[in-house]
Amino acid sequence: MSTSVILDQVSKRFTLRDARTLKRQIVARARREPVSHSFLAVNDISLEVEEGESIGLMGLNGSGKSTLLRLISGVLRPDDGLVLTRGRIAGLIEVSAGFHRQLTGRENIYLNGAIMGMSEAEINRKFDEIVDFSGIERFLDQPVGSYSSGMFARLGFSVSVAAESDIFIIDEVLAVGDPPFKKKCIKKIQQIRDEGRTIFFVSHNTTQVKRICSRAVVLESGKLAFDGAVADAIHHLHYDDDTDDFDAEGGEI
Amino acid sequence: MSHAGTLDPEHPHGPLQPPGDTTGLFGVFRRRYLLKLLVQKEVRVRYQASVLGLAWSYIKPLVRFLTYVVIVGYVIGLKDLENYPLHVFCGMMIVHFFTETLSAGTKSVVKNKSLVNKMNVPREMFPVASLLVTSYHMFPQYVILLIGCVLIGWSPGPMALAAGVLSLVLIATFSLAVGLAFSALNVLYRDVQNFTETIQLLVRWTTPMIYPFELIASRTNGNWVEQLYLCNPVAIAVMLAQRCFWVPTLDHPGEVVLPSHLMIRGVIMLAVSLVLVWLAQKLFSHLEGRFAEQML
Repeated sequence: MSTSVILDQVSKRFTLRDARTLKRQIVARARREPVSHSFLAVNDISLEVEEGESIGLMGLNGSGKSTLLRLISGVLRPDDGLVLTRGRIAGLIEVSAGFHRQLTGRENIYLNGAIMGMSEAEINRKFDEIVDFSGIERFLDQPVGSYSSGMFARLGFSVSVAAESDIFIIDEVLAVGDPPFKKKCIKKIQQIRDEGRTIFFVSHNTTQVKRICSRAVVLESGKLAFDGAVADAIHHLHYDDDTDDFDAEGGEI
Repeated sequence: MSHAGTLDPEHPHGPLQPPGDTTGLFGVFRRRYLLKLLVQKEVRVRYQASVLGLAWSYIKPLVRFLTYVVIVGYVIGLKDLENYPLHVFCGMMIVHFFTETLSAGTKSVVKNKSLVNKMNVPREMFPVASLLVTSYHMFPQYVILLIGCVLIGWSPGPMALAAGVLSLVLIATFSLAVGLAFSALNVLYRDVQNFTETIQLLVRWTTPMIYPFELIASRTNGNWVEQLYLCNPVAIAVMLAQRCFWVPTLDHPGEVVLPSHLMIRGVIMLAVSLVLVWLAQKLFSHLEGRFAEQML
């Protein structure tokens, strides 16, 4: 067993310019107002993940989960600290990110596959498998702009699974699929886990996290608030307080 | 803190390393398949939902060409210049290549916002794709140019052919440098997008496309204005193209006024443009870290 991901004191600061135009900058300076403000989206996080671990990334909206995933996937570079990963990274950070609305489903499978690092031969070989898993063969030659968000999620998930990454990232994309497709996805993710690949799974659904993850990481305003067993993380988040749980039906999947 | 002990490069999935591709333009050419798909996408999408479609790639330059030939050639009076339409056409090939790459390239990163923000691709991919899309659209125009030249009796020598190749390589290299730099700057300052329109206008009038270089030379007599004029890689590329296509069709090619040592100037400009590509890549890599937060 060897290390798959290392985060060493990683921080990412976002700077937002409030006054973009010259006029507004001058006005802001004259009034002694700040022309920009910044905040730490990820604040000094250290984490070591072994190959084959499946990490449930939890936390409230805006706690830095997506920023952390984007740092791990290499889309963002840390301002401070070091991110190291091993092998191919693929997954879904946003359902529609790699898709072009004016291209057909078929063309988008190729485009998305290539974005995730697959070669033409690799996509050709897995094309039927991708279409089969997504269950949208009827709409394959329509522009994806006409797809529903659920169909987007189906197609996106199917391609990212086929990319056979060493590190697999899923960010809240299962929320939009219908229950049968969710069930299929969870099964697939469990299969990926059992193959010994590393997984980062973001979800608010405690049942899903319990099913998939061997370890949970909780973020609170960009900081690492908890790192350990899944059940303890759920307790830490007080997600188990609420008996009137909207995700109660999630128990079936 | 060092992780030297855990890096183990012998591992089947490769060594532990920072995620993301930081090899810049080299990374783009390593992922040629993705580049090909992005170019195909852009070609298909650019004129989608328009009735005339790809024909727009020819209508726009055709109208511009006819305007120059009729208004400048016949109304203002440059028609005495032998084969004036050909003079304009080969200038336009170069200028149009530059202006199209400039305007599409500048917007390329901002337009692919969702990919830049969420997916891990070398971002240099987008300006490079813009350049290739422009080449794709311009290819038939080069065929038209060649046919036109042959019809009026084009017999190029080896020097003319060398000038033609150099003009294309030069304009492509210079356009790449400008596209790369502007696409990155445009993310931080959308003013750049508006600025490019001004540059396009300037480039059309500060290159010997509509008028011959002779007019510049006779008014400046080699003073600093002329030297400045000749520092423009687009102007040099235009004259190299004219040396290739236009000059060999003339009755008295020896009487044409072109700058001295045109080929050497071309080679120097190519070297300068290569340095500019390198600088543009450095600028791009430097600004790239801020792309995602500037395009929320």
